[in-house]
Amino acid sequence: MPESRSFNSPSAAFLGGVKHALTSVFFPVMAGTYIGLGALAHDFGLSAWWLTLSTVFVWAAPAQVILISGIGTGAAMIEVALAVTLSAIRLFPMVVALLPLIRTRTTRTVDLMLPAHFTSVSMWIESLRMLPGMAPEHRMAFCNGLSVTYMAAASVFGLVGFFLAAGLPPLFAAALLFITPLSFLISTARSAVTVLDRVALALGIVLGTTLAALHVDFDLMWSGVGGGTLAYLVNRMWKARARA
Amino acid sequence: MTAELWPYFVLVVIGFLPNEVWRALGLVLARGLNEESQIVLWSRAVATAILAGVVAKLIVFSNGALANIPLGMRMVAVVIGFSAFLLVRRSALAGVLAGEAALLIGGYFFTS
Repeated sequence: MPESRSFNSPSAAFLGGVKHALTSVFFPVMAGTYIGLGALAHDFGLSAWWLTLSTVFVWAAPAQVILISGIGTGAAMIEVALAVTLSAIRLFPMVVALLPLIRTRTTRTVDLMLPAHFTSVSMWIESLRMLPGMAPEHRMAFCNGLSVTYMAAASVFGLVGFFLAAGLPPLFAAALLFITPLSFLISTARSAVTVLDRVALALGIVLGTTLAALHVDFDLMWSGVGGGTLAYLVNRMWKARARA
Repeated sequence: MTAELWPYFVLVVIGFLPNEVWRALGLVLARGLNEESQIVLWSRAVATAILAGVVAKLIVFSNGALANIPLGMRMVAVVIGFSAFLLVRRSALAGVLAGEAALLIGGYFFTS
């Protein structure tokens, strides 16, 4: 059931969004994720500027991980581009689901460009939960307040991770670097509830490691497309069996 | 293009553009993908597999400070973290904390 909130004005709604972001469960999650990302960026030789710009302009942690490790390991750019493009597909249905909630009769398409850019998993989940319970004319302000806060927090914590990685003794720097792969593995596993997602996750791990060990060119493409296609086929067979 | 600017070029062309294109498509088309359509399912599987591969490689073929800790220890830490996640009501926080603790403790005793 959507919670209901009411505000006196759009600026009050904006501040409401800010406050909601700061107290939401996603705040510490985002902090931890971006501390790890910052450490990763430092380790792969990228600048703090690059990190912050990527947080603001890409605004998608999985894509940022792919970019950072791709640039850092000198991977073929076509491979990185394909991987990022595929990872970003999920943004499309998220925007489609969210924008009708924000849009009012007087909203122009150009007004929605910022909320569209701001769309990311945490902000999307919170918006879908909170927006239905508030007056339509305040929703965009709330959503923007939420997004700006998340993005600012991500940028700040990214820098925290970046400079911690630079300054900490090796053991702690290692632990910092471990955050990204560990947390991504676990959170992907947590949201992988279907056969499709679980098999894809497992195959991605196994094939990705194997092909990299064998120094195959475009290993991520092969393990991704191969593993993903296999998972897709397994899922189809599973569903066909369930229907029979 | 100088080596310094290359990462920024990649950031814009390969980082920003693909993500923004999908967001803009959502804005402009305003009508969704059929979540169950075969193309959507297939691309979700591929995206998941790619990300899993990237992350696995970060653990198995570690860079920098993480490489100082032996591979066996890193794998053990992942297993411990993942087990904690499964055991503590699928709590991601428990999993990450346990994995990090395992890495710190193991790394302390087994630095290569």
